[in-house]
Amino acid sequence: MFYKTFLIKYGEIGVKGKNRAAFEDALVKQVKIALARVDGEFHVWKEQGRIIADVLGDEGSCDYDEVIKELQTVFGIVGICPVVKAPLGTPEEIAPYVIDFLAETYHLKVDENWREKQGEELDGPEDSLTFKVHSRRANKQYPVASMDVNAYLGEKILDAFPKQVRVDVHDPKLMLYVELRDEVFIYSQIIPGPGGMPLGTNGSAMLCLSGGIDSPVAGWMIAKRGVTIDATYFHAPPYTSERAKQKVVDLAKIISRYTGPIRLHVVNFTDIQLAIYEKCPHDELTIIMRRYMMRIAEHIAKEDGCQGLITGESLGQVASQTMQSLVCTDEVCSIPVFRPLIGFDKQDIIDLSVKIGAYDTSILPYEDCCTIFVAKHPVTKPRLDVIKRSETKLDDVIDELMEKAISTTEVIEVG
Amino acid sequence: MEAYLDNSATTKASEAVKDIVVKTMTADYGNPSSMHQKGVDAERYVREARERIAKTLKVDDREIFFTSGGTESNNWALIGGALANRRAGNHIITTAVEHAAVLQPLTFLQEMGFRITFLPVDEHGHISLEDLKRELCRDTILVSTMYVNNEIGAVEPVEEAAKIVKEYNPDILYHVDAIQAYGKYRIYPRKLGIDMLSVSGHKIHGPKGSGFLYIRDKAKVKPYIYGGGQQRGMRSGTENVPGAAGLGVAAMEAYTDFDAKIAKMRECKKRLIDGLNQIDGAYVISQLEEAPQIVSCSFPGVRSEVLLHALEEKGVYVSSGSACSSNKKVPVSTVLQEIHLKPERQDSTIRFSFSDWTTTEEIDYALRCLKELLPVLRRFTRR
Repeated sequence: MFYKTFLIKYGEIGVKGKNRAAFEDALVKQVKIALARVDGEFHVWKEQGRIIADVLGDEGSCDYDEVIKELQTVFGIVGICPVVKAPLGTPEEIAPYVIDFLAETYHLKVDENWREKQGEELDGPEDSLTFKVHSRRANKQYPVASMDVNAYLGEKILDAFPKQVRVDVHDPKLMLYVELRDEVFIYSQIIPGPGGMPLGTNGSAMLCLSGGIDSPVAGWMIAKRGVTIDATYFHAPPYTSERAKQKVVDLAKIISRYTGPIRLHVVNFTDIQLAIYEKCPHDELTIIMRRYMMRIAEHIAKEDGCQGLITGESLGQVASQTMQSLVCTDEVCSIPVFRPLIGFDKQDIIDLSVKIGAYDTSILPYEDCCTIFVAKHPVTKPRLDVIKRSETKLDDVIDELMEKAISTTEVIEVG
Repeated sequence: MEAYLDNSATTKASEAVKDIVVKTMTADYGNPSSMHQKGVDAERYVREARERIAKTLKVDDREIFFTSGGTESNNWALIGGALANRRAGNHIITTAVEHAAVLQPLTFLQEMGFRITFLPVDEHGHISLEDLKRELCRDTILVSTMYVNNEIGAVEPVEEAAKIVKEYNPDILYHVDAIQAYGKYRIYPRKLGIDMLSVSGHKIHGPKGSGFLYIRDKAKVKPYIYGGGQQRGMRSGTENVPGAAGLGVAAMEAYTDFDAKIAKMRECKKRLIDGLNQIDGAYVISQLEEAPQIVSCSFPGVRSEVLLHALEEKGVYVSSGSACSSNKKVPVSTVLQEIHLKPERQDSTIRFSFSDWTTTEEIDYALRCLKELLPVLRRFTRR
């Protein structure tokens, strides 16, 4: 079947009062960006609480599956409806289009005499496909009331597919939407979108991207609320390999399908890590390391104009993610740290990771810099005053090392 | 400076190889099966390559079949050999230190109902001929051993093994994975009693995606790839003319000035081992008199992956013997396990491998880098 138009439904942004136009424009923009990745030409426009993407060209000019796949990456979209169009006309003129649409979409067999019958055919048997017609007069000039359109089309559908369908106005399996606009929009499927808010409507934040399973999901979740993101990765050659770095670039690329282009900052963290290793208590290594990572990430975030940090931490997952540890890492940050996974179980995170397509890349076995020197028994309840005292042992070198790490940061534009 | 000491992973193609590859891709690009002149021209390259290779092994041209490389050659030899002889029996003998390209097809055959015996090795990686004798039985149809071990350079007693197999039952197929041995040893399959021999092109300055399987004239082996009947129906698919032509040149070059080339590699090997022996804590696994191009050495206290990347930063390229992630202690190298190397040595093993182009300057540079890096890396280890 050739879907000439995709009707895009959005949720939350419909109720945003005076900002609504701005939100809609942002969504239109993101839909256009997503569709630019599909072969074919599209006309995207907004109308009465809907966004409409028309396919320019004939059947075969674009791939249906590809359109759906790309639209499903656009935050703010709640549902995508592939639409078949008919010219605006009387219910009698519209009926054949509706019948064709149903026959093809639901593999129903048309009774050749359906036009002549006038509703003498009763509902099909109990187990037949239940349906309801839901028409909407978006075009208020249309002379027939929508209830009458529903009744007329319902009758015709019963006539056309004898013994195959029956009406159920309460809980139909098939809800047939007929929108009467300048043309008639016929659709029955609402394919779910990712939800959320259109990108670019909610500021920007810096994602601490590690190469594991959690951080890409965390970035995706915050971006889903309309936040554009940049990312920082801590690289520790020769302890972590070029392939580990490539994996992070790949992950950034995967989430950039949803979040738009990501500026990835690769910080060489080796010297800082070695300094901590040499001078600080070993069981505090990870927590101190993370505090310096946060300091650097915040510095870069501010330079990039980001208003917050994002991490993939989940409460209690590892030693550095206990409540006490989070208190210690948070203490070095002056901008908000968003931890969207904080209450998630690992399996929930994995499920999301699979859903967004990052999982297979995340589980590639390259070591990241958090694990290379990890102590066998790291502190799980660090005390801030103790950690701060340990950090003073770095006083003579750390400023220089931080400055060097920041100034040698490599920037990779992804997506 | 750069020191490429990972020639057992792959080598740089030689100029002459590059030239013939380019020529067969751009000028003489015909399909050898085509009836017209372009096809005839292309076929000539394949024939010439086959002749060049056959000459190095002192075998007949008709016994050389081009493949996509060492892995395909091994798969074909094992699966094709086993399937062709399954009426005679279902027992296959191999060694515990084979490359995955032998172990995995054998796992497949095991799933199909064949019984596989893996011969253990001693601390230097050698099988025992007594074990081989003991394991041979009426059901044995195929024996497969490597010639040179890819990780530690151990040389298996191929000639003696062949003798034992053939004396027991001349119908048993004897396959040798010679991927690390071809170009480093003079191998004459007929004299040795080898029925099948696998070789890869890119280990000897040839192109990647090229290789061959020698199959003795009378050996009973089924084809492994079916199709248009090329290579006398034994290996279908349009011949990879650039690959075959490049491999032919590489084979010819490998056995030109052969003794001088080997002597040069041996000099490098000796120099490296002498140098390593002076490094505190270094434990050389490979023996001097074995394969001329491979030196495996462990540096306890330093994880091999870290040492590898540290050397890489200095332009020294090597392989890690055992790719082992610290999160999961799963050593990948079965060879290092099979020779009962201590776990801390397994985790810290590096393989250096040469070609005839390797220079003593490269060796010296690598040794200098090691001496510089090791004390630093040892200071920072997981406590």
